Amino acid sequence: MRKYFTDMLEAVVTVAKGMAVTLRHIFMPSVTQQYQADEKPEERWKSLIVPEGLLNARSRMRLHVKIEDCIGCKQCEKACPIDCIYITADKRDKEEAPIFASDGTAIKLKVTQFDIDMTLCCYCALCVYPCPTDCIVMTPEYEFAESVKGNFLYRFAKEKPSPPEPKKEPVPVAVGGE
Amino acid sequence: MITRARQIEMKILPVISAAVVVGAAGLIGLIAALPAVAGLLSALIEANVPEALRPAVARGLGVAAVVGFLSLFPIFAIWFERKVAAHTQDRLGPMRVGWHGVLQSFADGIKLLFKEDIVPKWGDQILFRLAPYLVVAGTFAAFAVLPWGDGLVVSDLNIGVLYVVAIGSLNTIGTLMAGWASNNKYSLFGGMRSAAQLVSYEIPTILTLLVVIVQVGSLNLQDIVLAQQGGLFHWFIFRMFPVNLIAFVVFFICGLAETNRTPFDLPEAESELVAGFHTEYSGMRFAFFFLAEYGAMFLVSGLAVVLFLGGWQGVLSSPLVPGTLSFFAKTMFLVFVQMWLRWTLPRLRVDQLMAMCWKYLIPIAFALLIVAGFLSLPS
Amino acid sequence: MSTTVKQQLWSEDVPSFREEDLTGDEMILQMGPQHPSTHGVLRVELLTDGEVVKQARPHIGYLHRNFEKHAENVDYPGVIPFADRMDYVGSMANSLTYALTIEKLMGIRVNERVNTIRILVAELQRIASHLLSVGTYGIDIGAFTPFLHCFRDREMVLDLFEWLCGARLLYNFNWIGGVSHDLPEGWVEKCRYFVDQFGHTVDEVDDLLSFNKIFTKRTATVGIIPPELAVSYAISGPNLRGSGIKWDIRKEEPYCGYEKYDFEVPIGTAEHGPIGSCWDRYYVRILEMRESCKIIRQALDRLPEGDVHEHLPKRVKPPQGEAYLRTETPRGELAYYVVSDGSLIPFRVKGRSPCFVHMSLFHEIARGEMIADVVAIIGSLDIVLGEIDR
Repeated sequence: MRKYFTDMLEAVVTVAKGMAVTLRHIFMPSVTQQYQADEKPEERWKSLIVPEGLLNARSRMRLHVKIEDCIGCKQCEKACPIDCIYITADKRDKEEAPIFASDGTAIKLKVTQFDIDMTLCCYCALCVYPCPTDCIVMTPEYEFAESVKGNFLYRFAKEKPSPPEPKKEPVPVAVGGE
Repeated sequence: MITRARQIEMKILPVISAAVVVGAAGLIGLIAALPAVAGLLSALIEANVPEALRPAVARGLGVAAVVGFLSLFPIFAIWFERKVAAHTQDRLGPMRVGWHGVLQSFADGIKLLFKEDIVPKWGDQILFRLAPYLVVAGTFAAFAVLPWGDGLVVSDLNIGVLYVVAIGSLNTIGTLMAGWASNNKYSLFGGMRSAAQLVSYEIPTILTLLVVIVQVGSLNLQDIVLAQQGGLFHWFIFRMFPVNLIAFVVFFICGLAETNRTPFDLPEAESELVAGFHTEYSGMRFAFFFLAEYGAMFLVSGLAVVLFLGGWQGVLSSPLVPGTLSFFAKTMFLVFVQMWLRWTLPRLRVDQLMAMCWKYLIPIAFALLIVAGFLSLPS
Repeated sequence: MSTTVKQQLWSEDVPSFREEDLTGDEMILQMGPQHPSTHGVLRVELLTDGEVVKQARPHIGYLHRNFEKHAENVDYPGVIPFADRMDYVGSMANSLTYALTIEKLMGIRVNERVNTIRILVAELQRIASHLLSVGTYGIDIGAFTPFLHCFRDREMVLDLFEWLCGARLLYNFNWIGGVSHDLPEGWVEKCRYFVDQFGHTVDEVDDLLSFNKIFTKRTATVGIIPPELAVSYAISGPNLRGSGIKWDIRKEEPYCGYEKYDFEVPIGTAEHGPIGSCWDRYYVRILEMRESCKIIRQALDRLPEGDVHEHLPKRVKPPQGEAYLRTETPRGELAYYVVSDGSLIPFRVKGRSPCFVHMSLFHEIARGEMIADVVAIIGSLDIVLGEIDR
């Protein structure tokens, strides 16, 4: 009998406590930040706790390759756990003037294919660390939606393959049309 | 970069929002001025309508007003509920469509209108289509006796309380029908739960209604309001302390249960039954359930106000504040309390729901009725 | 392999209930895989009599992603992103376990700074994971508000992680022989700020949910796992401690130097009902969050100097052999068994996931409860389907 009434009292007290909490929150400022892409683009990545905002040098959003620095060592291709990087590199002609990456490494190979399939990428950044010339990087750019799946195959290579010897090129898989 | 569509949107939306805000203010003004408007209308009717048709025309106008109000109220209430929910959760809620999202409900309504009306192939075709109308009809019909002001009631029935209780049961049938006709196990569970819940909770509701009725001696809702004349401390909730206060709490809890609001939203328990009895509904039929739910919220709050909080009687006995506005404000406060409870409390289990009704509410209601009956004996 | 075993292993599915076996008012109810509260793509088949569940059969495999076979085809560091994806709400703890296993295999001893940072992130991850668990448990019971209050704070942890390593959910942070990044400037202060204000959130969740009468009524008498049953099914983590057994790998087999930290192992209190109920399991998580705060404070205080890349091996090429190591993840005892044949690619990686073990107990405790309790039980076991199906 006693429990009957203490139960009732407990119910009333605990419900009142909960209601006090929610009432307090009604009058507290909200923590939501609106995604105002048009009005305030700089406020898009504000954070409750990170002072300089969420997108920083360490952000892992979109892969980018500074192809001028690439020496064609294929370290990133090997490191990628899901094999979404496809590189083909040819021997550079001996007669050509030697060229160097921005950190001074001599570029002995010419990269004729450097494709990254962004639909497969898992953003682990394992490709970034072994790169000897720091040419493959994760950028903080995150708005890169596409309406055509094929556009996610990023082709970074600029040089054309040497014409005389037709070589078997590894064709990237899983590049759908639409 | 601002797109063209967004530019147009940014130009149009403030205008519409302003119109809506002005409209809402106008509506509240209209509610405040309802006695005057009603007087004007009755004068017009007396001047222009032949004697025999007068009651019919007056009733027709009243019905039109109630239906109009009940079609607009959910649109506002849904927005309001979303805002309350958002702010209890440290969010902002709808912000994009119009000023602080006031047009969100309109957008949602339009979306629901254009949605495909899907009827399950193996469901009961007729009952499935009928159920939403029944639910809405049950809720709307009960508004006929809700007194908005002095003499402002569509139908001044002398058995008003009985009528509300009786016609409110139409809801149950509609919900059960929806659950059965969907041919979905989750819907069926929802329907069965709803039937059991509503039937059980009707008993404490009626008992607490009786607590007031024995004090007034009338089933007429206008009489009950008139019995509370004379300011704050003549409201029933403050009389015969604490009998009526407890009766009010019990009535309000039962009201929550009958409108299927949290913590008693078992028929549509989202985490257990997907969406309960309206799992299979889409488009306008789904919207009808929503309409009925918010209508029922207003009805239960309005009834609680009439019975315990003085109806259209003001806080002071002065006639400065229009009675209709006072009634509306009190009802809206109770609607807010319903929302506040919803976003605070977890949900009961079905056997606990029954236990709460039969083991706690009904004994309490009986005890209150006995005490109230003794105390209001003519000495 | 004999035919019978083969048939058992390769039969198409777990045998389902059959319509013709039903008696009386029984009914088969399919819960999931798209049900809102089966925490992912779990499918539970219920044999119900009215609202009462007579038997329950969980069916798993809807999120099978071939983790273990994948691991046999990529090099050792390449497994870490896959390990992250096993338990996607506690990925720091997952990759930590894998990294520690390979370190054990290779005999690498990391410096103190790495150890301290690993403890920091593991405990932050524990807080984040328990916040998710507690919040979604609120939703399962019907209270929506605590969920978003929990997520507000979980967001801060994720922000801290993003600041630290650039990703919010799947970090690839714990490497073999070190961690990917050192703490950025100002991180320590902000972490301290988070821990300080976090106690207030837990208090609020206590007020709003933990001690609410409806909540305790709903949870404190259902899903009872008696201590004997818990041990016989080898469940671990908060679920085991909810049954009143004090067992925590951080205390029993310390890794990363947990032995130097001062913290309690909370166990179920049976405050509102029999021991081992859903409420006990839930409340152990709440208490664990408070203990994690303690550990984080200590770790921040003693953070030593050092190079986080000091012990990174040039190539991860473990000698021939095998290693088994277990850690206390937010969900329980996670272990990896790695066999190396001396090449660059692991010969076999086996994960012992706690959730799979917890799910194996489900049919025992769901029997005889109501449909609403099934939801409560699944929520209180805190399963993550990514880890069950792997």
